Amino acid sequence: MRTSVKYSYGTAMLAAFEYLLEKYPEVFVIGQGLWSPWYVGNSMTDLDKKFGANRVIDTPISELACTGAAVGASLAGMKPIVVHPRIDFMLYAMDAVVNQAAKWSHMVGGQSNPSVTIRAIINRGGEQGAQHSQALHAWFAHIPGLRVVMPATVADARDLLIASVLCKDPVIFIDDRWLYDLTDDLPPVQDLDLAVQQPKCIAAGGDLTIVSAGFSTQLALDARAELLKRDVHAEVIDVRILNPYRPAVVAASVQKTGRLLVVDGGWRTCGFASEVIASVAERIPVGAMHKPPLRITLPDAPAPTSRFLEKAYYPSTETVVSAAWKLLE
Amino acid sequence: MGQCFDLMNLADPTKYHEPIDIQNANSDVLIVQLRMMLTIRMVEQHLASMRKDGLIGGPVHLGVGQEAVAVGVSTCLRNTDRVFGGHRAHSQVLALGSSIYALFAEVLGKETGLSKGMGGSMHLWDQPRGFYGSVPIVAGTIPLAVGAGLAAKMSGTDDIGVTYFGDGAVEEGATQESLNLARTQNVPVLFVVENNLFASHMHIRLRQPKAATARFAAAHDIPFEIVDGNDVVAVHKAAEKLVGNARSGRGPGFLEAITSRWYGHVDWRDDIDVGVNRSIEDLENWRRRDPVSRLKASLERLGLWSAADQDRIAEEIRREIFSSWKRAMSDPYPNADALLDRVYATPVGR
Repeated sequence: MRTSVKYSYGTAMLAAFEYLLEKYPEVFVIGQGLWSPWYVGNSMTDLDKKFGANRVIDTPISELACTGAAVGASLAGMKPIVVHPRIDFMLYAMDAVVNQAAKWSHMVGGQSNPSVTIRAIINRGGEQGAQHSQALHAWFAHIPGLRVVMPATVADARDLLIASVLCKDPVIFIDDRWLYDLTDDLPPVQDLDLAVQQPKCIAAGGDLTIVSAGFSTQLALDARAELLKRDVHAEVIDVRILNPYRPAVVAASVQKTGRLLVVDGGWRTCGFASEVIASVAERIPVGAMHKPPLRITLPDAPAPTSRFLEKAYYPSTETVVSAAWKLLE
Repeated sequence: MGQCFDLMNLADPTKYHEPIDIQNANSDVLIVQLRMMLTIRMVEQHLASMRKDGLIGGPVHLGVGQEAVAVGVSTCLRNTDRVFGGHRAHSQVLALGSSIYALFAEVLGKETGLSKGMGGSMHLWDQPRGFYGSVPIVAGTIPLAVGAGLAAKMSGTDDIGVTYFGDGAVEEGATQESLNLARTQNVPVLFVVENNLFASHMHIRLRQPKAATARFAAAHDIPFEIVDGNDVVAVHKAAEKLVGNARSGRGPGFLEAITSRWYGHVDWRDDIDVGVNRSIEDLENWRRRDPVSRLKASLERLGLWSAADQDRIAEEIRREIFSSWKRAMSDPYPNADALLDRVYATPVGR
């Protein structure tokens, strides 16, 4: 039996790409910067050399045509992965994503499904500013027809990427450069059915529930460790799949703890935190919460460039810990 | 391939009224093409009248007058090719052999329709016949066709992607990106422009500095042909050459067919176009450049066709339209579960 292998979040995705390209001839990858570690970090190293530049296609600066072409190829039986090294640039591709891929199955009576995976990388901080920073998961989660996946752990970086590509529906797979150095030992790969994946309790506790996705889940776990020092046990639920969102696991946890804190790396207004809180409110009895729920989000402002303002803009472990104390007062 | 980007006589509706040149064409193919053009014409005229009578709930974008383009192109296609269209796609799907009945059922929103009643006139699907789909977002399916062509190339087949669009679509960035991507990846895809000189109510001279959209093919180093889109033989010949190129690994082609629609942008009216009055004189002239009657006249002149033949096939088509419509009208609508069940490949339990 094979033993576990040590991966980083980045190399876990690389392993997923290798597994998919090796096993499935209909898988190909298309996007900008795929032959350059500058754009995709260590998540795609040498894939072009190993599997050929005609299966790992670095493209002209045409987000819309490349994404649309991947949608079209998927209708013709392929399983393409589009890579957008910065999610901000992907906004040019919205017609292919929102009008075509998301609606295709419905428009044609379920007779054809665009089995395309669109990997969008959040690459913020470092004084890059408003157009190199956005976390738009809530936007995509708003669109019926898209599955939206945000891996927070090394295991999910690998396994949910594989599940996304094997899924028949269009998937927006959002990974975060701030997670790339995370490491873990993983068992051998197994194929997962994305359609049955849902939010997961990744750390149990009875005092409060912290809900998060992507990088925010690391903040939640760090905050949990801090709180444990004061004998407070937070339950952390990693959302993983933002659309179709399944609120049952979160609602059950809040019913148990009576306290809900949502940590979201997106904006506040109509953000994903709003959906989490609303769906809990609909499901648990009035009076089951000891305190009104809290959400930590980005302020409703574009990302700044200056380091000083960046510090004020992005939530930290301390932000999460102090919000938790407010709920516990 | 010409290098002249002026359409000259092709854009002048007083020209090209005479019978078309069928000297080197196969007469059996011509008769099939004539019948298909007449079928499309009569189906669309029927849709116009049903829409006018209020029996069709949604918009219908009719291509009466443009039949030769899809018929000429489809003569070169097979059901493993990957054809995509836009909002005016009835002719494109019918020319591939789709059933009149399934088209009618779709336009009526019935479960038995091409898209199971989920698409209506603007979202047609018949993949078993090579029609991968049509949508109304201008240029929306152009990148998809490039990808479907790329998929054919990757799978090692000589099938091709085909994308039909109008002259307005070349104004979209999606089209320019797609031309560049297709050329740089050497994708087997045929870009077919049905240049009817209008985008909705706006004439091309108000939208573009030149009326020939093939200038964008030249800019992207893609072989192109500009033809009288109301001459099915000219369309067929040009398509044959470009499709042959694509099948044999020589990459994309661009076919610009100059044509005109007899109805306005949407629905049955011919005198106004989305609220704007049309030139009745131009319209009358365009009707004289009729792809159906010009081919019919050419065949008659060589003794290959007669008025009696024409009456006979028109009657057969009329019967099929009547029975198809009647059957589609009595078909069921999709079940209410279809609203949620067709969003994802696996229905979502919440």
